[in-house]
Amino acid sequence: MSNTKTIKVDYLARVEGEGALFIKIKDNKLEECQLKIFEPPRFFEAFLRGRQFTEAPDIAARICGICPIAYIMSSIHAMEQILGIEVGGQLRELRRLIYCGEWIESHVLHVFMLHAPDFLGYQDAIQLAGDKPELVKMALRLKKAGNEIVRLLGGREIHPINNKVGGFYKVPDKKDFSNLLEELKWARDASIEAVKVANSLPCPDFDQDYEFVSLHHPDEYPFNEGRIISNRGLDIDIKDYENHFEEIHVAHSNALQSVHKNHGNYLVGPLARYNLNYNQLSDLTKQVAVDNGYDRQVINPFQSIVVRSLETVYAFDEAIRIIENYEKPAKASVEYEIQAGVGYGCTEAPRGSLYHRYEIDEQGIIKTAKIVPPTAQNQSRIEEDLSNFIPKFIHLDDDDLTWKCEQAVRNYDPCISCATHFLKLDIQRN
Amino acid sequence: MANDRPKLAVWKFASCDGCQLSLLDCEDELLAVSQAVHIANFPEASREVVPGPYEISLVEGSVTTPHDAERIKEIREISDLVITIGACATSGGIQALRNFSDVKEFTNIVYANPQFIDTLDQSHPISDYINVDFELRGCPIDKYQLLEVVISLLSGKRPNIPTHSVCMDCKLKLNTCVLVAGNEPCLGPVTQAGCGAICPSFNRGCYGCFGPQDSANTDSMTEIWQNLGVENETILQAFRGFNGFLEPFKSAGERLE
Repeated sequence: MSNTKTIKVDYLARVEGEGALFIKIKDNKLEECQLKIFEPPRFFEAFLRGRQFTEAPDIAARICGICPIAYIMSSIHAMEQILGIEVGGQLRELRRLIYCGEWIESHVLHVFMLHAPDFLGYQDAIQLAGDKPELVKMALRLKKAGNEIVRLLGGREIHPINNKVGGFYKVPDKKDFSNLLEELKWARDASIEAVKVANSLPCPDFDQDYEFVSLHHPDEYPFNEGRIISNRGLDIDIKDYENHFEEIHVAHSNALQSVHKNHGNYLVGPLARYNLNYNQLSDLTKQVAVDNGYDRQVINPFQSIVVRSLETVYAFDEAIRIIENYEKPAKASVEYEIQAGVGYGCTEAPRGSLYHRYEIDEQGIIKTAKIVPPTAQNQSRIEEDLSNFIPKFIHLDDDDLTWKCEQAVRNYDPCISCATHFLKLDIQRN
Repeated sequence: MANDRPKLAVWKFASCDGCQLSLLDCEDELLAVSQAVHIANFPEASREVVPGPYEISLVEGSVTTPHDAERIKEIREISDLVITIGACATSGGIQALRNFSDVKEFTNIVYANPQFIDTLDQSHPISDYINVDFELRGCPIDKYQLLEVVISLLSGKRPNIPTHSVCMDCKLKLNTCVLVAGNEPCLGPVTQAGCGAICPSFNRGCYGCFGPQDSANTDSMTEIWQNLGVENETILQAFRGFNGFLEPFKSAGERLE
């Protein structure tokens, strides 16, 4: 006698965007598991065509309200590669600084407002605040400090307006940072406490065998630049990305799923960055990692909440370093001549590597655009996590199993709004 | 107390999530807001769904699928007040650029298997489908304007949301005019205020993310840009940005085609 049941989560909560889960269990065995993305398509790659290259950062930002800096910066780097310009010195430092702000606001939002309630059995952070008001207040203040960085440098927290091809429209004076610097010093200390809190959360045993993929730079923890590497020997220039990765369009998703050709699925995001770039963390961050038993490879996705907290410490530490060493540059941007070409940009969004490719003509008009967001890259791996996870917890009743599965999806901090729009595919696949 | 607070729901249509994130970005006010209103249905923030009806529904995003065209009507039925938040919900948003093209071509560009994709030919604002009680502008909205609208409507007063142009805010901030003094193309004269005139404050021209101001003279704006030597195609694209499907930006663009 067969006993089939299905578990459906029609609308995944505490993620950005619209997704659903479909799980089919027969005779206590998992038969099928799908992460469905029904977020409506928005066709960014299509309407970027024909626009001026200078518009790409502002338009691409609108793909995601949570990580606009990532979209702005990946597009800017691609354009600068075409134009053959390098933005160095303090302008490069300011770009790292605004990226610190985005990581902080996004990571703290996810760790304490979206993910921690799962570990503690609360529906949301507001309920959590009923029992632990000081914790939630601390998290909100940390998040605000990250947003303050983005606002000061970018004009506003969501879809900031100050980054452009060549640098910035306007750069701050050193004194503009004085109030912020004091707050960041408080926040750096508080974020160290936040790591301890994250590390104290009850965490299921669930070590996995991942291919981790991330940017890697010899001298710094990766935000804007580096080579794309993996723990299985991949080491490529970003312009070779499409030779190694491809996207597949499956029926149950409005997002394309990425795979590493001949290798299968892979993971981008905090775990990948951390495992591949531990040596590039600041001394302070490494010390906090040691104190919390995290000076090691982290292969349990539920521990991503601790890794996000450690990256938050790093982002505060790095922001303070940049501000303390800041000297206002003479010019806010680098000059250039428009020229035709193809350019590539890959930066580390809070959720993982974000790849852009653009082709522009001699007037600077965009001919083609391709964007591969982190959640599209993780989508297939999320489904495999669930396939491995569900058999271990299949004895739970439906409500508990459903919640556990949601938590497993939220390990990835999926940004589903980002993941739906997509790329030109020339090859028809079966 | 828990039961007599007005219930608030947040709904998402085609969008980037940035406008609803504005609510979570109210770091100093969020816990107070959650005491004053019962955040009853806000999937981005909570698993818990308290069933309607709701005193206030905040709607983010534009209608782009047949399913969503039906869903918005159901939301209207269970909501006392419907407030649209942001450019997508009030104008169709950046994805309304498809309205000027062939959506089938767009689908073919982006997807390998277009037959899997269920989409309408156009992206439309919420008010094309239902009555809306208040439309809050911006790409993204300003979080303080959001708080003003929610608090005012709940207490039965008209929200204090200025409808003058970005120019006025620049004057109030004593900004040097980027258009007159800097010869920088700027949509500030025809764009509704609300952002705090951020772009001119950072030495760049306004790109119209709060949409057209009530009495915008777009012909005059076009002429000023032409006098700066800007090509018609570029002016057309400036009107066809984040609010390009909203009048009078829509007609201004069409006159430049």
